[in-house]
Amino acid sequence: MEKTYEEINEKIRKGKAVVLTAEQVSEMARTMSPKEILNKVDVVTTATFGAMCSSGAILNFGHATPPIRMERIELNGVPVSGGLAAVDTFVGATDCNPQRPDYGGAHIIQELIDGKSVVLEAWAKGTDCYPRTHIKTNVSLETMNEAILSNPRNAYQNYNVAVNSSDRIRYTYMGTLLPNFKNASYSSAGELSPLLNDPECRTIGLGTRIFLAGAQGYVTYNGTQFNTSKPVNKFGVPMGGSRTIAVAGEMREMNSRFLRGAYFEKYGVTMYVGIGVPIPVLDEDMAARVSIRNEQIETYIEDYGDDFKLIGTTNYAALRSGEIEFAGHKIHTAPLSSLARAREIADILKGWIERGEFQLTAPVRPMPANRSIKSLEENL
Amino acid sequence: MEKRIVLNFPPESTQKPVIYDIVKKFDVVTNILKANVKGDQGGRMIVELVADAKRIKEAVKYIESCGIEVSTLGSKITWNGDLCTDCGTCTSSCLSGALTIQAPDWKLKFNPDKCVACKLCLKACPLHLFSMDVFG
Ligand code: SF4
Ligand code: SF4
Repeated sequence: MEKTYEEINEKIRKGKAVVLTAEQVSEMARTMSPKEILNKVDVVTTATFGAMCSSGAILNFGHATPPIRMERIELNGVPVSGGLAAVDTFVGATDCNPQRPDYGGAHIIQELIDGKSVVLEAWAKGTDCYPRTHIKTNVSLETMNEAILSNPRNAYQNYNVAVNSSDRIRYTYMGTLLPNFKNASYSSAGELSPLLNDPECRTIGLGTRIFLAGAQGYVTYNGTQFNTSKPVNKFGVPMGGSRTIAVAGEMREMNSRFLRGAYFEKYGVTMYVGIGVPIPVLDEDMAARVSIRNEQIETYIEDYGDDFKLIGTTNYAALRSGEIEFAGHKIHTAPLSSLARAREIADILKGWIERGEFQLTAPVRPMPANRSIKSLEENL
Repeated sequence: MEKRIVLNFPPESTQKPVIYDIVKKFDVVTNILKANVKGDQGGRMIVELVADAKRIKEAVKYIESCGIEVSTLGSKITWNGDLCTDCGTCTSSCLSGALTIQAPDWKLKFNPDKCVACKLCLKACPLHLFSMDVFG
């Protein structure tokens, strides 16, 4: 038996679709075959709530009288892009003012979503059609035209585990890494993580409707650094960071419970983003994919204290136990992304689908099939 | 059992050998985790007491009777739990086990009695939800 998107959507419209979270289906798979799961389950909800630096917002402020062609723009003192026409900007999550490194674009985006106003200041040379050279005013989501969260790289498929073999503390985007293997941090939601439940992106493509920070958003493209060339383990899971998605959604419909500005000590500003992706159980292959369990999801251990060397492998069941053993060390493990909040997202998305408020979309275009990533060569 | 407490010494009480006294009088093993007490200004000390509950209670009573205010360590730490996302990042630096996150609910738990005031969580929390006033 196979199912089409249309058949699943018809069940959703009638309120008859069977929807489970990825954790529920993984538990079920201990005693049920993929065939039985295909017969029983229509949609599996997956989710993650983690730090995603490659995020940002497209804002349009509207024109003032007299108008200004904004060339240098600051929001609450944080310089943001002046390179988009006259009154558009892109606020990058990691944008910040070096004078105040713990506050940046991500905090501004969160404040806007919370309904707060921020101070816009812009400068221009003045032209015949845009005579004004300076403006300073308060703006909020209410005063703007568009406010679109637009993230170039989110929801990394798998990610390395970080440890530190050196004798000094390392402050990184993987958190505070204590010397001599005293701790290890990991950032994936494991068996609940979106791209680990559809590892080849059979159902996640351009146009896929998703939960994005509380709103219904969309996958807009393959994310940057999309990589299909990582080794795959015997359960079909790519090892280490592989595929990614670019996403967009309406900021006015978002909720800061699922989007937070954050600062990692001596690293910089980043943004926690909550994403939920529904996976249709189209056939036995998809049923097997969504059944993946933490002990089957393996990843590399990377030494941030020694040139990011890959020094071993572990799996998410071990990481979640609170301690991994490596080369004679018992290493205390800690997550960076919130499993509790990811579960909350998977449950909300499940509710939307069960109540017929959210239908599935077949990809308008699939994700790329053969991609590796390049490094930056210095050639001058 | 073990209990970690903060002794707040007023300036006039620092002459008394309280730590020596509680070891001698109550047979309580003491571990000084941190101390910042100046003779004429008073100060604070974090001490771990190891004994049974009864002897610890008597020792604490004695310390208080010397005019030294005793509080549990947690009272010096503020954790803004309402804004916590349960990401767990802070638990990676908390080797004393005061901050934990685990199955089944994966919500952050904070046990002030285990805190050794190392302050690593202040920098580790990406939302800056901890503040501490131990030797402030
Ligand atoms: S101060 Fe140190 S011991 Fe206390 S809660 Fe923070 S990290 Fe844990
Ligand atoms: S790091 Fe901060 S937000 Fe994350 S669990 Fe700890 S207190 Fe909560």
